[in-house]
Formats: sequence, C-alpha cells, structure tokens
Amino acid sequence: MSTETSTASAPAPQTPARPRIPRPGRGSGRRRRGRATGRQGLAGWLFVSPALLGLGVFLVLPILLALWVSFRDWSGLAPLETSRPVGFDNYRDLLVDSGVVQTDFAKSLRNNLYYVLGVVPVQTFLALFLAVLVNQKLLKGRTFFRTAFYFPSVTSSIAVAFIFVFLFSPTGLVNALLSALLPGTVSLVWLDEPTGVIHLLLRLVGVDSPPALLAEHDLMGLSWWEWLSGPSVALSSIMMLATWTTTGTFMLMFLAGLQGISEEIDEAAAIDGVGPRQRFLRITLPMLKPTLFLVLTLGLIGTWQVFDQVYAMTEGGPQKTTFTPAYLVYREGFHNAAMGRAAAIAFILFVVIMAFTGLQRLLLRKED
Amino acid sequence: MAMSDASSLRVRSARRFVGYLLLGLAAVAFVYPFALSVASTFKSRAEVAASSILPWPEEATLRAWELVFLRSEFPTWMVNSTIVTVAATLLRLILDTMAGYSLARLRWRGQGLVFAGVLAVLSVPPIVLTVPRFLLLKELGLLNSYTGLVLPLAVDAVGIFIAKQFFESLPRELEEAARIDGANLWQTYWHVVLPLARPALITLTILSFQGTWNEFLLPLIVMRASPEHWTLPLGLSTLGRGGAGGQTFDYPVMLTASIVTIIPVAIVFIVFQRFFVRGVATSGIKG
Repeated sequence: MSTETSTASAPAPQTPARPRIPRPGRGSGRRRRGRATGRQGLAGWLFVSPALLGLGVFLVLPILLALWVSFRDWSGLAPLETSRPVGFDNYRDLLVDSGVVQTDFAKSLRNNLYYVLGVVPVQTFLALFLAVLVNQKLLKGRTFFRTAFYFPSVTSSIAVAFIFVFLFSPTGLVNALLSALLPGTVSLVWLDEPTGVIHLLLRLVGVDSPPALLAEHDLMGLSWWEWLSGPSVALSSIMMLATWTTTGTFMLMFLAGLQGISEEIDEAAAIDGVGPRQRFLRITLPMLKPTLFLVLTLGLIGTWQVFDQVYAMTEGGPQKTTFTPAYLVYREGFHNAAMGRAAAIAFILFVVIMAFTGLQRLLLRKED
Repeated sequence: MAMSDASSLRVRSARRFVGYLLLGLAAVAFVYPFALSVASTFKSRAEVAASSILPWPEEATLRAWELVFLRSEFPTWMVNSTIVTVAATLLRLILDTMAGYSLARLRWRGQGLVFAGVLAVLSVPPIVLTVPRFLLLKELGLLNSYTGLVLPLAVDAVGIFIAKQFFESLPRELEEAARIDGANLWQTYWHVVLPLARPALITLTILSFQGTWNEFLLPLIVMRASPEHWTLPLGLSTLGRGGAGGQTFDYPVMLTASIVTIIPVAIVFIVFQRFFVRGVATSGIKG
C-alpha cells in the first residue's frame, strides 16, 4: 500500500498536457468540457491511476521488455546488463537454422496443433450438447447437472491433472473401463506412450514404416511422416483432461446464449410443423452464432497456451511428444537458461494465436 | 387424432428418457473421478496398485493424510496460499472498483483511450508474460517474495471490466442525492456506491479467490527457488512423485493433497454458485 501516495500524485501533472492530443471517436467527453473535466477529471484520473499503473508495470512494460530480450542472449541467471544483443538469432534458431532447437520447436508446434484440432471442436460440441440438454423446459434437477458439469472448471489445474494421472495409471479407471468394453485386458501405460494416434491407426492396417515420400521430405527438421503422426497417446490423455475441465465453462456460455433466444419464434415454427431437429439447425443455431464465436475464440486462445497440465502430467515426455510452445517457453527460459530464446518462442506463439483467432473470425464472418 | 396424440406423447416421453439417460451418463463422467479420488485418499498404496476403480476403500487407512499433513510442507503451503489469495483479492477489489467507477461514471480526458487499453490488455495471453514478468520482478528485486507474487495478481483487466459494467447499470439518483447533500466524490463512492455494489463485489471476490488460489504459472516462476514461499498448487506439483513411468507415484498422497487443494474452492463454489455463473456470463460479454 506504500505505492498509493506516489501513484495518486503521478498522473496529475499529465492532465493539463492532455488537451493538445487529438482524440478521434470520443464525443461524450467533448460535450462536458470545463468544470466537468476540471475537478471530475482529476478525480477520474486519481481513481483509475492505481489500476492503470499496475496494468502498465505488470502487463505493458513487461511485454516491451520481453520483445527487447527476445533479440538478446540472456541466461536469466546473470544480471540483465551482462546480456548481449544477437539480432534475429533467437528467431533464426527456432525457425530457420536446423538443429535440436528447431526440431524441438517444430515438435511443440505439431503437438499443439493436434491438441487444438482435437480439443476445440470436441469441447465446443459437447458444451453445446450439454447446454441444450440442461436447457430443456421440464428438466428436473437442472441445478445439479449444471453444477456437476461446471465444477471441474473451477478447480486447480494441478489437482485435476493429478486426478487424471491417477485415472490414466496402468491399473487405473480408464484401463479398467477399456478392459471391460474390449476383448482382453488393456494395460496401456498412457502417459508413457509416445506413438502418435494416426501412426497407431496406420499400424492397424499394416503400414508400419513411412512411405519414402513422407520420410524424405522434412519441414523445420521434422519429416513429413513425423508431422503426420497425430497426437501421441500421452498427449491424448492430456487432451481428454482439457476437454473434461473446460467443457463446463463453455456449457454455461451456451446456456446464457440459449436463454437469450426468445421462445416465440421457436414455438411459431413448431406450430407450422417444423421438426425439432430442423428448428435447432435453422433457428437456434444461427441465433447462437455470437456465443459460438466467443466459445471458439476462447477455446483457441486457451488451447494454444496449454502448460499446467503438461507440467504436472508428463513434463514434455515421452520422447518430447507433449512439448508445447508454452512448455518450451518455461523449459528454455528456466531450465536451459536461454531467456532470449524463451521470449522469442512466446512472441511466435502470440503471433500464432492472433493468426488463428483472426482466421476463425474471417471464416465465421464469411458465412453471413 | 387420438392415435397421433398418444404416439406423439410416447415419442416425447421416450425423448425425455433418452435426455435424462445422456445427462445421467455425463454427470457420472464428471462426478465419478472426484468421488473415486476422495475414496482413494483412504486406500493403501497396495490397494490402489491392485485395483483403483471402487469408490470406497476396502481397508481404510489414514496413511496418506498423515503423510500430507504431518510429514510434508503442505500446511505451510496452505498458509501461504491463504495469505497470497487474501492480499491479492483485497487489492483487486479496491483497484478494480475504483477504476471501474471512474470509467463508468466520471468524465475525464483520455477515458476512451484508457478503456481501450484495458480491453487490449484483456487479450494478452498470460504465457507471453512469463519471461517478461520474471525479468521485471528480478530487476525490481521482488523474486521469491510475497510482494512479487501478489502485485502482478492484484492487477486484472477482467475485474475492471466487470466493475465498469456493473456501475453503468446502477441508477444515478442516489449518487446525485448524496452530492446535493454535500458529500464529496470519495464520500459518495465509499458510503453510497460501494454498498450498492455488493453483488459485483461478491462476483469479483469469487473470481479473484478462485483465480489466485489455483494460480500455478506465476508462483512457479516467482517462487521457484524458495520452497518456504510456495503456494498450494506449486507445492502440490512436487508431491508424491517418485519418477517417470507412473508405477512409482504415490497416488493416495497425490490425491489427498489434490482433494484438499480443491475443497476450499468447492465450498465457495457450492455456496455462491450463481455468482460464478454470473462471472462467466459477464466476462463472456467481452468477446
């Protein structure tokens, strides 16, 4: 709290300097000039400045610093002054120059890509499905179901990750269930199985080794065959955990969306003889589009940052098949003493997230 | 006519039955892992290793609970988590409501720009902040201290946004009446506005409590070198792990610590459920 006084007085001198700065697109302030922007203006700044200072110091300033560090070679252990500028080297190591750094990064991108492609559609569909079920008019026990589905979302990521480590253990619930459903006993060591799911499926139809075409070509040091591995069995368990934990939150968002839709249109269509499936596809779903957009965006942003679960369940293993860019940021920065590289990974990840959400925004808009 | 009524009734009740069946199955999938985990905290390692699907212990033992509470740093981590959560939440409440009130009610130059900035900050992925926050806290000499953990947690754009939305929904009359009665801005804010803002304060408290209590990445980078400062999730992540492969994990210990970490949030969640729901709904608007 000792910062209070200094923060309160800091922005005050700025206020007189403000009027010279043109501010496009703000009408309401202009109407109330004079007294309103005098005393109230000062109070307004005083009220907002502690939070603003916090946002500036712990959010904006760090980002600028990190951008700077991503062009330097810094161990994170020695003082920052001892770091030296290396130009684009950190980015080049990750994206252009072949070597272990590039291959690791390529693996992390591949893993996370499969993670996103698996988790986002499934959790969105499940959330919508559960929301529709819970939203039924005459449903008894609605609160119970809503609570049950949403509860995992509010719990500690590490705690539920441990619960899933237990469920996926060799003698755990998942193997027991599969043993009951499938012939024979399933004793898969889920979290220690590096084989990709697509490779496993190909093995079932007799494709054991890569075709020459896929083995010979590579991208970022990873052969096409490796790129097409699918998520490893270990990563698949993390994907199931992620789906299980986040579905409830998105179900709540869909529920809010569903409750915002007026029943009259639906009832009118029902009287006109439109079946429930058609009503859902033609009326409900189009009206849920804003919610769908929100859920997909938040889903994409969240899944591209998966870290806690990887840290607690697999620590990047087996055979680097649960590396993700977010995990690499931590690993390079805090274990391999390459803070500059870690910062560079973080910025590339930032760009990837922006690109994905932008692309998705574009796709959803085009449908209109 | 009667025929079709009867058959449509049958279709409807069949559909309802399928609906309940699906909901029931889903509920089992969401609840059973927790029930099984709670039961397994009372199981021996041998029992868990032999079979871990029964939701009750065949031979109950308190071994895991004793290990967690008497022979690990778990109680210290609980105290640390409580300190950090309370401090960060109090700071957040003050900062968020003041900023939200200023943005919603007061008129000042640069307001639009500041609000746009708050919205922009909302979309910064936390992982991008990992290295820079470490860097900044290191430069400020705040690594391995509560201050270094609490200050970054005390700033949150979502809370400012929620507070602003709430204050905009309040009627202005009471504030104007207070102003006419001679109350200054601070008195109006403190004695009139804040008491009216109780629902928003509860929502903010709950969101902050849950977020701070569960926070893992920030304590990991700030407190790594200082075990006596560890919070629950960070300490938890080190418990019961013998090595790779899964066979050497002490599952009862891991599960006991996990369940105890979950319990406070579970209690708050069950008591204040509608505020959680509101939190999701309000922060949902931002997209």
